[in-house]
Amino acid sequence: MANNLFVDSYDVASGAFQTAGDASASIKRKLKQLGIDAVTLRRVAVASYEAELNLIIHSNGGNLIMEMSPEEVLLISKDVGPGIPDISKALEEGYSTASEEARDLGFGAGMGLPNMKRNADTFDIESQVGEGTTIKMGFTIKR
Amino acid sequence: MTIRDLIPILDAKVLCGEERLDEEVCTACGSDLMSDVLAFVKEKCVLITGLTNVHVMRTAEMLDIHCVIFARGKIPGDEILEEAKEIGIAVLATEHTNYTTCGLLYQAGIKGSASRTGA
Ligand SMILES: Nc1ncnc2c1ncn2[C@@H]1O[C@H](COP(=O)(O)OP(=O)(O)OP(=O)(O)O)[C@@H](O)[C@H]1O
Ligand SMILES: [Mg+2]
Repeated sequence: MANNLFVDSYDVASGAFQTAGDASASIKRKLKQLGIDAVTLRRVAVASYEAELNLIIHSNGGNLIMEMSPEEVLLISKDVGPGIPDISKALEEGYSTASEEARDLGFGAGMGLPNMKRNADTFDIESQVGEGTTIKMGFTIKR
Repeated sequence: MTIRDLIPILDAKVLCGEERLDEEVCTACGSDLMSDVLAFVKEKCVLITGLTNVHVMRTAEMLDIHCVIFARGKIPGDEILEEAKEIGIAVLATEHTNYTTCGLLYQAGIKGSASRTGA
């Protein structure tokens, strides 16, 4: 991590709908200041917002971490539970266990995880029921 | 076509973002489901929606959406307009339904931005 230009971490609380998007907006602004190209910036922003919303809607709370090196942006979402029982099902478009509250706000289409995967160049998800979920996404910076 | 040109087409009111009215409109997307907007919008565009909460503006910010049009007479609350001003998004409101709003813009030559291909 020594040669990383930038590391940033945000706490995201469960059910924090009121501040949903704050972490992703900060990440987007910082990457913009750091001079990242517009296409990569948008991909990171969308994936970050989806991950942040999932932490709020589905997790018991967690962190969103952004690391930027000259070559890539690494985005990590890490939570403290409840974990995903069937990851392959969760990755299917349209599968959602979102609450009524989340649906009323315009979310819960079951599109988030597939959208993260589509936007990132590398996508890795690990989940343990009772422990938590960690998602790592890499975005190659265009030069 | 600019955002300003949309005003007479939709009999729209400008709620904020006067400074952006001369920006070029390329494509548009109509949806009340922000999850789908996030998944399908592929470029800077105009968003037509009947959903009035701050998440519309936050979704717009992530996607570089520069204009949000609230259809079917929905007027967003002050909190939403404050958020839009802070981000720098032009906000219009029209009495037309989502369907008619989209139809009028399509007729005026604005194509859809949503597609399933590419990221
Ligand atoms: N961090 C998480 N912790 C526990 N479960 C999760 C987590 N993230 C996703 N899930 C599970 O995976 C499902 C699919 O997630 P995905 O983001 O694709 O859709 P969604 O959040 O339900 O809807 P959308 O993202 O379209 O608003 C969720 O409904 C939930 O059951
Ligand atoms: Mg989601």
